[in-house]
Amino acid sequence: MSPYGLGGKWSATPLSFARDGWNASDVQRIKLCFHVPLLSLIYVGFFSVRKYWHVIGIGVQNNLTYRFNFLARTVFGFIPLTAILLLWRNIYEGKGDAASVATFTLAQMTSYYLLVTLVDALTAVNEDDWQIAADIKDGNISQFLLKPVDYLWFRFCLYLAGRGTYLTVAFIPLVLVTIYLRDYFVLPPDAATFGLFMMSVLMTAMLQFFISYTMAMLAFWVMEVSTFIFILYAFEYIASGHMFPLAILPQVVQDILFFTPFPYQLYLPVGIYLGKITGAALVNGLLAQAGWVVGAYLLARFAWFRGIKKYAAAGG
Amino acid sequence: MSREPKVENRETNAPASAPPSLDSRPSMLGRYAGIYAALWKNSVTRETMFKGNFLLWIVVELAWFALQLGFISVLYLHTQHIGSWTKWQVVLLVGVSHFIQQLFQAFFLINCANLSELVRTGKMDFLMMLPVNTRFVASLRQVDLGGFVNAGSALAVMIYAARELQLSPTLPMAVGFLALCFIGICIHYCLMFSLASVSFWTVKAQGIVHGYYNLFNIARMPDDAFPRGVFKTVFTFALPVLLVSNVPARLLTDRLTSSSCFLLVGMAIACAFFSEWVWRMSLKRYTSASS
Repeated sequence: MSPYGLGGKWSATPLSFARDGWNASDVQRIKLCFHVPLLSLIYVGFFSVRKYWHVIGIGVQNNLTYRFNFLARTVFGFIPLTAILLLWRNIYEGKGDAASVATFTLAQMTSYYLLVTLVDALTAVNEDDWQIAADIKDGNISQFLLKPVDYLWFRFCLYLAGRGTYLTVAFIPLVLVTIYLRDYFVLPPDAATFGLFMMSVLMTAMLQFFISYTMAMLAFWVMEVSTFIFILYAFEYIASGHMFPLAILPQVVQDILFFTPFPYQLYLPVGIYLGKITGAALVNGLLAQAGWVVGAYLLARFAWFRGIKKYAAAGG
Repeated sequence: MSREPKVENRETNAPASAPPSLDSRPSMLGRYAGIYAALWKNSVTRETMFKGNFLLWIVVELAWFALQLGFISVLYLHTQHIGSWTKWQVVLLVGVSHFIQQLFQAFFLINCANLSELVRTGKMDFLMMLPVNTRFVASLRQVDLGGFVNAGSALAVMIYAARELQLSPTLPMAVGFLALCFIGICIHYCLMFSLASVSFWTVKAQGIVHGYYNLFNIARMPDDAFPRGVFKTVFTFALPVLLVSNVPARLLTDRLTSSSCFLLVGMAIACAFFSEWVWRMSLKRYTSASS
């Protein structure tokens, strides 16, 4: 699926040039010649990365137009956050001092929701899925079939740009709220845990994007994808730990949930940060997350591949 | 497509009202009822065009409703009561809240959400030219029929919760409950319409619908869960969403104080005046787009 289709064609040729009777230095020299295509590949590769940097730049600029929208969204988002924190405080008060709900103390519970807000700001797909679906419906993807730009990575760059801009805008209110709730905010146990948390967040971002991309691919087959996206989002909302930590669910339900990609879309990084997922569970969790990332990527590629065959380039 | 209904309205209503002189028109109420009936007819036609989508949206709403109920049942695995509310009382509250929200959605939500689009594209011109109250058409142009189906599912949950609580509401209680729900819908409408009117200033106001969903989230929370403080004061006296479903739910569970009932009515009147004021201010700002 290389956008240039060069890789396979060029790398196969050198072997056929090695003839009998040529000495070693000749072969070396011939081989040297074939460094040129290799180098040019790297060169092209470098520029292709550079062009994706351009995409990120454009994405940031586009997103900056919506900075007030982002700010409003973040600030509005604190309303339900406050409500849920007050609700939990009320539940903990009824239990007396030093109470815990499924090993979560009040401070940990508060931190949980703050971290969910943070990870959500870092990784949630904003309007990317609607835009991709609209691109397919309006025939805008035709140009990507002709240009040497891979649509998936193009969209991924725009997604990264969107998240970056969103976080810049949301950063100040988030920090203010964290400072306000500092008595209830716990730090990670150690630096290594924080590193693993960041790694998991990165994979969460990729997983979120690939799943949304795959869902948007439905636009090749159906007129209106928003219903499907909303139904999946409802499942995600509860099963990824957005509403409450999954640890407060009955054990059987938790076990089943960890066979789905949902916990890896949010709960895993937050659980790692709070030290709720450690040891073998942590390693297995990260491996499973990586597995889901690869799986979602392949599914996204497959859906695109099948969709293109059906694509009718509406709108010319 | 959006222009068709308006044309049709005029045609269906004009023969009834136009031929006699202006003074002998049928009563104002009758005329508006006729117009509204025509708007309903258009909405039904529109919905039947996309049947599959209509059903899928009902599934979406059912999924989110189930999710709210799931959240409550998980919470009550770890506690016996939130404030003074027991599990089934909260289930009833979530049902009431969903009932009110869905009816609001059926009548008003699409129209409030579309307001910014009307302003942005300048289509507001057509609405203003119609010989009817502009706020009336702008607020009630489309009916979302799925909302009624979803309100039915909310009603089913409410009845189930009422049976669990062994409630047996009398007829006056049921009537009072429906009246309180009606007031609640009016509050939601007035608040959202005021918010949507902001689009006359900022043009792109899609964040508003998103913002208002956060307020729905609060409407389904038991009022006791919140300590006296800024949060409770704001959402009782400024944006009275905490009253909207808590008051009717308290009526059903026989725990309603007359003061909170009067407060709900008072806040509804205040919201109505406020939204009318904002609307009139906003209309003055309107400069047509396009052409």
